[in-house]
Amino acid sequence: MSLFNIFEIASSAMSAQSERLNVTASNIANADSATGPDGKAYRAKQVVFEAVPSDGGRGPDKVSVGAVVEDTSPPRKVYDPKHPLADGQGYVTLPNVSVVDEMVNMLSASRSYQSSVEVMNTAKTLLQKTLTLGS
Amino acid sequence: MIDSLDQFMRFQTEALKLRSQRQELLAANIANADTPGYKAVDFDFGKALRVATDAHSRPAAAPELLYRQPAQASLDGNTVEMDAERAQFADNTVRYEAALKFLNAQLKTMLAAMQG
Repeated sequence: MSLFNIFEIASSAMSAQSERLNVTASNIANADSATGPDGKAYRAKQVVFEAVPSDGGRGPDKVSVGAVVEDTSPPRKVYDPKHPLADGQGYVTLPNVSVVDEMVNMLSASRSYQSSVEVMNTAKTLLQKTLTLGS
Repeated sequence: MIDSLDQFMRFQTEALKLRSQRQELLAANIANADTPGYKAVDFDFGKALRVATDAHSRPAAAPELLYRQPAQASLDGNTVEMDAERAQFADNTVRYEAALKFLNAQLKTMLAAMQG
């Protein structure tokens, strides 16, 4: 039954987008974390979405988070000789998080999540109308 | 008798089935709007309905899937255009409801004929 499968597809998109939102939240929160458990500056993380066939391989593609990768862009260097973590030249290594990019990511994830909610609601309405067939 | 009843409602039944399949495809397109490299798919509803309701094509095969041609290509290879997909989704929703209404009316007609 195709309409039931929409729940699987839309909910996979919702969980993928919420994971993206989660990663974005972590990036924004750590935008100034100069040190972490490994003693190095935090590195921005990005989710990689991938399309996976739904309904046990028979249906159209749903979404899954294939991997969470670390952003390879170079860290930010700020000249601040008074900082306790400053190196010999007086530079502090700060995370490579771009707050502007992360804000865009956050908005995009939020909008895509809302779309999936609407898709799911529509499928639910259609199924309920189908159930009243013949009455 | 049963067969003629089946024939009477076959067109709307097939239309409803195809509408729900298309709804599923459009939902998948919307779900994959942010997946890099995903290609949006759809099928020609008119053609699929002709094939499904053609008396010589039983059992009806699944409709042939076509890739959507994007108006504005995106850099990551994704061909989902959210505005177009949302419009098609809304359109398909209304047409599904229409098919449902027609089927319901046919059932009511048949019921009226039976009960007198």
